[in-house]
Amino acid sequence: MSTATTHEEATENHEVEHHGLSDKQYIVIALILAALTAIEVSTYYVDFGPFFMPTLLILMVIKFVTVVSYFMHLKFDNKIFSYLFYAGLLLAIAVYCGFLATFKFFLKQG
Amino acid sequence: MAESAIAHDHGVSHGAHASSTGLSNNKMGMWMFLGSECLLFGGLISTYMLYRGRVSSGPQPNNIFDIPFTSVSSFILLMSSLTMVLAVSSAQRKDDRNTNLWLTITALLGATFVGGQVYEFTAFYREGLGFTTSLFGSSFYALTGFHGVHVSVGIIMLMALVGMNRNNRIPGDKAEVVELIGLYWHFVDIIWIIIFTLVYLIPS
Amino acid sequence: MTIIERPSTEVAIAGAVPVGVKPSEALGVFKRPAASSSWRDWVVTVDHKKLGIMYGVAAFVFFLIGGVEALLIRLQLIAPDGKVLNADQYNQMFTMHATTMVFLFVMPMAAAFANYFVPLQIGARDVAFPRINAFGFWCFLFGGLFLNSSWFLGGGADGGWFMYAPNSSTLFSPSHGVDFWTLGLQITGIASLTGAINLIVTILNMRAPGMKMMRMPIFTWMVLVTQFLLLFAIPVITVALFLLTFQRSFDATFFDVASGADPLLWQHLFWIFGHPEVYILILPSFGIISEVIPVFSKKPLFGYPVVAMSGAAIGFVGWGVWAHHMFASGLGPVSVTVFSMSTMAIAVPTGVKIVNWIMTMWGGKLTFAVPMLFAIGLVTQFTIGGLSGVTHAVAPSDTQQTDTYYIVAHFHYVLFGGAVFGLFAGFYYWWPKMFGRQLSESIGKWNFWLMVIGMNMTFGPMHILGLQGQPRRMFVWTEARAGEGLFNFGFWNRISSIGSFILSIGILLFIINIFYTHKMKKGALASNDPWDARTLEWMTDSPPKEHNFDVIPQINHLDEFFHRKYEQDSATHSVTQVHSADEVMAELNAHPDEHIHMPSRSYWPILLALSLPVIGYGLIYNRMLMAVGVAMVLLTMFGWAMEPATSPDEDFDPPESGDTHAKELVPHG
Repeated sequence: MSTATTHEEATENHEVEHHGLSDKQYIVIALILAALTAIEVSTYYVDFGPFFMPTLLILMVIKFVTVVSYFMHLKFDNKIFSYLFYAGLLLAIAVYCGFLATFKFFLKQG
Repeated sequence: MAESAIAHDHGVSHGAHASSTGLSNNKMGMWMFLGSECLLFGGLISTYMLYRGRVSSGPQPNNIFDIPFTSVSSFILLMSSLTMVLAVSSAQRKDDRNTNLWLTITALLGATFVGGQVYEFTAFYREGLGFTTSLFGSSFYALTGFHGVHVSVGIIMLMALVGMNRNNRIPGDKAEVVELIGLYWHFVDIIWIIIFTLVYLIPS
Repeated sequence: MTIIERPSTEVAIAGAVPVGVKPSEALGVFKRPAASSSWRDWVVTVDHKKLGIMYGVAAFVFFLIGGVEALLIRLQLIAPDGKVLNADQYNQMFTMHATTMVFLFVMPMAAAFANYFVPLQIGARDVAFPRINAFGFWCFLFGGLFLNSSWFLGGGADGGWFMYAPNSSTLFSPSHGVDFWTLGLQITGIASLTGAINLIVTILNMRAPGMKMMRMPIFTWMVLVTQFLLLFAIPVITVALFLLTFQRSFDATFFDVASGADPLLWQHLFWIFGHPEVYILILPSFGIISEVIPVFSKKPLFGYPVVAMSGAAIGFVGWGVWAHHMFASGLGPVSVTVFSMSTMAIAVPTGVKIVNWIMTMWGGKLTFAVPMLFAIGLVTQFTIGGLSGVTHAVAPSDTQQTDTYYIVAHFHYVLFGGAVFGLFAGFYYWWPKMFGRQLSESIGKWNFWLMVIGMNMTFGPMHILGLQGQPRRMFVWTEARAGEGLFNFGFWNRISSIGSFILSIGILLFIINIFYTHKMKKGALASNDPWDARTLEWMTDSPPKEHNFDVIPQINHLDEFFHRKYEQDSATHSVTQVHSADEVMAELNAHPDEHIHMPSRSYWPILLALSLPVIGYGLIYNRMLMAVGVAMVLLTMFGWAMEPATSPDEDFDPPESGDTHAKELVPHG
């Protein structure tokens, strides 16, 4: 009796589909990441003017999210994993930005 | 050191007792550990950001970084994420031969990265940047050193995995073990994505 | 009758070993330890209840050590020109007192209750990672012993529990005390981090069928919030401790002002950890009394979802208030305003909880048993501490109070009057469940009243001392500068010191109560449900079996056990008892589960944990020893990795068909 109810409970949230992409798609994503890295490195040789910092930061975020979503399967996995990981990430960003702000770190930059 | 303990723990299947969420204990534990690691690296990165301009003696960051060299090693680490994901994919197909092959390549790429870091550290040291030279030196070596230790731990885990896989001594769900170590490996890679931009590419 | 199958002590038959996997003899070093009744079983156990008891015993011993340190501090200050300790010893004493109480008593004692009762409250048979659980306990124990071994190796840490730079540098603290402190806390930090992951996964993943999140007991909820705080706060202190270790052992410059360092870096990192830490200390106690008050008021907890969510809110806002510890450090007006406001905001969910407890008692049939006394003690004493806390949120007033005894008064009211009273409520409430005997109520009442009187005499006068300007870490006071009349330092210091001895007698009575109950066998044998309680942990034997429940119950309600015992008349709303506790259990256990696999014992957790202090001693004394420690870590990890958490079926002797009472099967029940 108790095993039957356990199974019901388990299927309530269970994601059946086997997630992930094909190996070819992984290679495509890796190529995109490589291209983004090339743009990043090019900022060292070419003057991007006022777009320098925003370009680098945006590229960094895109690369980060791409690896997390596709290589780490977070996009296809249960949302609980995303909540657990992004909770830590966002908390870290918030707390440490607050910490640097008390040192007037961002004022010096701007 | 807690990481591999978690990665290697194969949970408990209490007979037919499935989990309340239907998710694997190990994977949930691993994601939580990675969330927690965000605060560890966050602290080290913030310390570096605070101190990077504080050079009482020795070289300045902008004068010492070798961007072409570091770009190559960053690229190598990025590509190791691809080989890792191919290993996971092979493991899910129960293709032992390719799993071992891709895991070995990943470990070799990781080792190349660590080797590059050792070379970089030696070069910096020769140019006068020691661990105790300045606040920049201390915080730079602490941050990148911590990352390097994480990569090295990852390499040890990958090699152990290959060895155990060859002798069929991986207890529990093999594909899941590969996936968990993969998660750790990708995490180390994404941390480097941040470090490469914030530390190397954006000058102080 | 339930059958637990256990790993056989004999080597498995060769043919039964699964293809390729030979897990029982990892690396060929050890055989899997088998069950026994000797002390060895405690060393290799992965049972969450045994680990909970070990956490409790170890934490209580550290509590006594920390208490002796506190008494020495009060002895030093009982008279002018105290001669009990010299300045250096005094510094070590208050540093180690605070460190011990925070990291080695309150945190692990909360972990003891969490380990023991969370699986029982959610209807699980064990935790998610039993070996990691054992590893966590041994890390805590060895970390604590490592930290305290500094007393015999040149003296304890002496920089205050928050170890501000530059006092923590080798220049101002040349002994190895601070090194032991950083490394010891690093090791206990591993215990907290692994414990956090383990308990969160347990709570999220191992609930009994039907146990939705909003049907979990409040104690489990508060443990969940606490463990999330630990999960994210421990890495921050890890960074800070690593930086300090690098500075002290490898001459890094992180906190060296001469090289341009900012001493506030340490303060920020410490308090980003340190403020969530204070909620880590108090929330488990809030959880305990949220269990105790409804039971002894014969009413459900008032506003259960509000209590759960206000706990979560405290956990969340707790991350945005850390700099209120640093108002006097020159943060600048903007930072001070922001943190002042967030600090006032966090008082709101705390106040909400206090209202909920009072509303639970309101109109209830109160029984003043000892657990209830301690719970009410928490509500009153914590409120006093909370109110003085609000005065710190007001930055100008805080500037006046910083580093005076007023701060000492405040945090002892919330920590002793709050956290410790909650833990004592837990001792008396759960004792019969854990050990099968009731602690004496009459000794318990003496224990409670002496502790209340003692703590108010000890910490109450500190408000006056602080506002009069007695600095927090002053090691002597002189008659000449003690002041006049009602505000005389000497008078209040004497009252405080006498109070601390009354407090100690109160705590001594608790130990006497244990002896009275168990050694002298005066305590009544406990029934399974002595308090007529509401939650699942009471729906099993006292003490529970190794596998907790013969049958995992199906959960249909919050307070499931209560709903199985009582029925409410829908017209009159009157509640009548329809079943006794024993009837409920008899019905549940009519068809016990068979073939319950409990996680298997293991040598690796204790061995891995044992390698960590080796690295610690190596870093301080001899780098070769450190290499030995690292090698031990790697070896034990390999051993661990190759051993499955639960021995596979083939390691068990197969039940012979028709005869389920075969010789290797241990009947329980």
